[in-house]
Amino acid sequence: MTTEILIAGFGGQGILFAGKFLANKGLFEGRSLSWLPSYGPEMRGGTANCSVVLSDEPIGSPIVTNPDVLVVMNLPSLDKYENAVKPGGTIFVDSSLIKREVKREDVTAYYIPATRLANENNMPTLANMIMIGKVIKECGVVSTDGMEEAVNKIVSARHQNLKEINLKALKIGEEY
Amino acid sequence: MSKVLMKGNEAIAESAIRSGCRHYFGYPITPQTELAAYMAKRMPKINGTFLQAESEIAAINMVYGVAGTGKRVMTSSSSPGISLKQEGISYIAGSDLPCLIVNVQRGGPGLGGIQPSQSDYFQATKGGGHGDYHLIVLAPSSVQEMADLTALGFDLADKYLMPAMLLADGTIGQMMEPVELGEEKAVSTEKKPWAVTGTEMKRKHNIVNSLYLAPDELEKKNFERYEKYKTVEENEARYESFMMEDAEYCVVAFGIAARVSKNAVVAARKEGIKVGLIRPITLWPFPKKAIAEAAGKVKGMLSVELSTGQMIEDIKLAANCAVPVELCCRVGGMIMSPDEVLNSIKKLVGGAGK
Repeated sequence: MTTEILIAGFGGQGILFAGKFLANKGLFEGRSLSWLPSYGPEMRGGTANCSVVLSDEPIGSPIVTNPDVLVVMNLPSLDKYENAVKPGGTIFVDSSLIKREVKREDVTAYYIPATRLANENNMPTLANMIMIGKVIKECGVVSTDGMEEAVNKIVSARHQNLKEINLKALKIGEEY
Repeated sequence: MSKVLMKGNEAIAESAIRSGCRHYFGYPITPQTELAAYMAKRMPKINGTFLQAESEIAAINMVYGVAGTGKRVMTSSSSPGISLKQEGISYIAGSDLPCLIVNVQRGGPGLGGIQPSQSDYFQATKGGGHGDYHLIVLAPSSVQEMADLTALGFDLADKYLMPAMLLADGTIGQMMEPVELGEEKAVSTEKKPWAVTGTEMKRKHNIVNSLYLAPDELEKKNFERYEKYKTVEENEARYESFMMEDAEYCVVAFGIAARVSKNAVVAARKEGIKVGLIRPITLWPFPKKAIAEAAGKVKGMLSVELSTGQMIEDIKLAANCAVPVELCCRVGGMIMSPDEVLNSIKKLVGGAGK
């Protein structure tokens, strides 16, 4: 099975980091995977997105044009990518930042007030991981086992104190 | 060895270090900067040299200098920066020295853009600088190949005493995939008989030079080099063949375009179209025999590339008018979707049937 995931939002929301987490989780599970960021002159406040492909077979194109799973953390991204999602696909919306609903009826939509939950739980920069927690629970793109291992891998050496809070954010998403 | 997750640009750098390269000279440019950054971090820790030169031109001439001493050396840049390096590359080729040059291509011409492209194919495979010469040109299509072909590039450059180029693109440079890195090789201490390392007053001095004012002497040098190029063409052409066994149509693509094409070939097969893919891994030497053989069997060929049609010329030469060769391209940093390639395959099937 191949799952094509597109994560999109503003630069600074941890869009690329969220994708990296899924990629590392896939690596631990021994799956084929690719992670491709949008790169360019963007910085905090600009648009950012990344393509993650997880598969049990060798991966052809790493560029996701029609995702099975779309994660959006700002309105321009929902406007831009809603119609690109495959019929039967899934859209995850950060409903504290996006005030409209998904228009399509042939996809499943989940609304998570991730940014509000992150603020309430004193982890304002981890709305991305709350979204990912929910994606993993609903779509099973990777296993919920061994989350800690993947978090340890992706949190850089100088931010080791942030491991626990990342795990907590994933849990909040999973349980929402 | 277990697999690690790395960006393509980082995989090149780590593989170069493991191949015994301890000298890197460069100048930053998107989308290859991670490579230089990786070298800046690692080289000082392993007794190597990382030097950010004042310009691309300075960097390639530093490469020329180290190459003359017989040590493994490399530089990297992206399209506009590689244009600046051409004079130095021509001098290195003219002095028959080995080195590795990495081009993580972006859209052009001119300053162009920073998104992926394959539009430096002509520059890489047909010389690039002035004079009669070739580079060994390797075209990675995955992060794994970024590592593997870096190692191969150093080996081939040493074997044939000529510069090798890794012709990648922004996508493969920026993406992360699991990669298995080769064992670390010890830095070679072998003294090359031609290298300029000091005579210790024990031998005649060696000269590294590309200047031959006597035309008969220069002609002789050129012909000798062309004999060498023939050997490389005979022995080193590499390619991957995908679903070609019973193919009636053949897609030819390299690098990221080959990744997209693979999806299209699989989709076309599902619709009953017997199509396969030949992916050149070496662009020079171009896998002429494989293309010629395929041209003898199929009804049509399709070149998929991120240029307005550069590799297609080599495909047509190799196919020798046996079958129609069509083009599917996007340029300027845009990348075709698998659907666009599929549509081009269908057009080819329709056209060739008439």
